[in-house]
Amino acid sequence: MLTSGAVAVGVDAVHAATIPENCLVRNDWVCPLYVETRSSVLLEALGQHLYLVLVSLAVGAALAVPLAVLAHRVRRARGLTLGVTTVLYTIPSLAMFILLLPFVGLSATTVVIALALYSLTILVRNILVGLDGVDPEVRDAATGMGLSPWRTLWRVEAPLALPSAMAGLRVAAVSTVALATVGAIIGYGGLGNLITSGYQANFNAQVLTASVLCVVLAVAFDLLLLGAQRLATPWRRS
Amino acid sequence: MDWLTDIPGWFADPANWRGDTGVPALFVQHLGYSAAALGLACLVGLPVGVWLGHTGRGGVLAQQVSNAGRAVPVLALLGILLLVPGFGRTWWTLVLCLTLFAIPPVLTNAYTGLREVDRGAVDAARGMGMSGGEVLRRVELPLATPLIMNGVRQSAVQVVATVSIAALFAFGGLGRIITRATGSAGIDLTAALAGTLLIAAFALVVEYGLAAVGRRADPVARARRSAERRSSTPRPPRSGQGREASVTTS
Repeated sequence: MLTSGAVAVGVDAVHAATIPENCLVRNDWVCPLYVETRSSVLLEALGQHLYLVLVSLAVGAALAVPLAVLAHRVRRARGLTLGVTTVLYTIPSLAMFILLLPFVGLSATTVVIALALYSLTILVRNILVGLDGVDPEVRDAATGMGLSPWRTLWRVEAPLALPSAMAGLRVAAVSTVALATVGAIIGYGGLGNLITSGYQANFNAQVLTASVLCVVLAVAFDLLLLGAQRLATPWRRS
Repeated sequence: MDWLTDIPGWFADPANWRGDTGVPALFVQHLGYSAAALGLACLVGLPVGVWLGHTGRGGVLAQQVSNAGRAVPVLALLGILLLVPGFGRTWWTLVLCLTLFAIPPVLTNAYTGLREVDRGAVDAARGMGMSGGEVLRRVELPLATPLIMNGVRQSAVQVVATVSIAALFAFGGLGRIITRATGSAGIDLTAALAGTLLIAAFALVVEYGLAAVGRRADPVARARRSAERRSSTPRPPRSGQGREASVTTS
């Protein structure tokens, strides 16, 4: 007993002499030294995360607007659009990434397409709710004033549907920030890559820092879009 | 295109159906995690959502819960929980994590369902002398059933998807077929796609199955169906009737 105790003390002494005592060594959850020393890794992951989210939201929105207008105007397109988007939204993200692999390969594009499909689903529904909510009498008034259907859409229906569309964009942005992490399955998950590799290495600071950054990013998107919505719909401020 | 033609072969291979890592065993694991989490989420989320909706209090809370549920990545919460001493990679850690993500849709939909019940119908029930509990049981809950069931369905689909993500942390379930096919050595596309098909099929069955259950459970729709069976004469649309009733009572 005595000898083993002595050996243990000796090992501790050696460790204390060679390894500096800091939060990385202690494997603390909150570790400013981690942020300091790995800032380039963190920034790279954050950059990839932002790229994934921004591109997929842009693609999703660019496709959602014409789809929603089509579904609003053409009765048969509505059922098809709603049916297809329900199926897309139901397929779990892990499965969606793998399903796209044979066609797109191991690349960030695979993650972008999957995320764009999810945000498209949310956006189409919200835009459609907004367009459906336009008072028919307002539409009649626009027609009575001699506006063509396209001008009615642009000048009357679009502004009235904007609050619902923006609410959809906020939900889509927040969910996309969170879902992008799952891209780690194919190595393109932005901050998600740091979470999975940090977990595998038992690296508390990395997992917590990347997780907190994810949530901060989601909240930042939400607040930015809320601000944009207020600016775009001044008539709703009272 | 070998991976495509090999998929039926993967399903035909008895080795993929046997033992602890076979499809039946993984499916049972997946179902177990999902059912436990959904059950716990309903146990917590339904009473809270119904009570907040009934009393009309805590609307902000109900909204914030669903916002937070969307903003926190599954990978983040699970990764943190697994590293916290005392949790670790156990069945309960995953079920706890799944439950936390399953509560928001259930709670928020129950709240919204209760709040969107026609105030006229509630006033009428109170005017008939019903107590708060009776109004809740006999008026608000039946009318809120479609939205409540909607929340349960959303939650169930999300739980099934989340269990597959948990395979990234070496948990069981059908996601395991995908994660063990993707490694540093490259991807076994055939196995990964087979797992993908199983997971997608499971999620779709849950979505459409619970949608059907929701339609059957809606007492208003059920009453309407049986009324239609009783009388062959066409009836005026129900929404019009409801509005008239609320106008006369208020």
